[in-house]
Amino acid sequence: MQIAKVIGDVVATMKDKNLNGIKLMLLQPLDPDGKATGRTLVAVDAIGAGVGETVFFVRGKEASFPFHPVEVPADAGIVGIVDHWDVERPGTA
Amino acid sequence: MGRGTSGDSVERGFSPRGLKTEDRRRGTELQLARVIGTVVATQKHASFGGAKLLLVQPVALDDSPRGTALLAVDSVGAGVNEKVLIVMEGRAAGEALGRKGAPVDAAIVGIVDHVDVHE
Repeated sequence: MQIAKVIGDVVATMKDKNLNGIKLMLLQPLDPDGKATGRTLVAVDAIGAGVGETVFFVRGKEASFPFHPVEVPADAGIVGIVDHWDVERPGTA
Repeated sequence: MGRGTSGDSVERGFSPRGLKTEDRRRGTELQLARVIGTVVATQKHASFGGAKLLLVQPVALDDSPRGTALLAVDSVGAGVNEKVLIVMEGRAAGEALGRKGAPVDAAIVGIVDHVDVHE
């Protein structure tokens, strides 16, 4: 899993029927320092996240597990909202 | 904030078996990692239950960072700064959590006492 910021949402009228009713959010992954890292991606939302929130998401087919038994065609999914996180590195503590 | 350019050189330094960028960032094998932080998330998918979420930085044999840090569920009671063994594959991670079908893709499955390299 990775931490990310929700930077937008995606609206798609024509889509796989198993994606109906599922929110698609635009994510910017963050590194432990809170800086943007890697490319932005679209993830299905299993938790009710909003734009501007910090979330964590899962990659791979596990992204569709929260919607079981519906087989959602997704490879990234938001599974939690991050309240806060702390980083301790040797030498910086 | 601000680790300078170290992240860049780490990405470039890690390219086992000529994997594509996407795979390189997220190898699927069992890996050594260092726990670098804790994450608090009240609102999360029910299957996480009370599982602890830790930030882990995969490391090479010489302890240097290797690739991007990631979030893993803890099934062994690891703490910050400890060296651990992580799985980066959904089924294994779900089993470590004790819940099949949990939406997780990484889990800490062991605390490393020491690593001996015989060469």
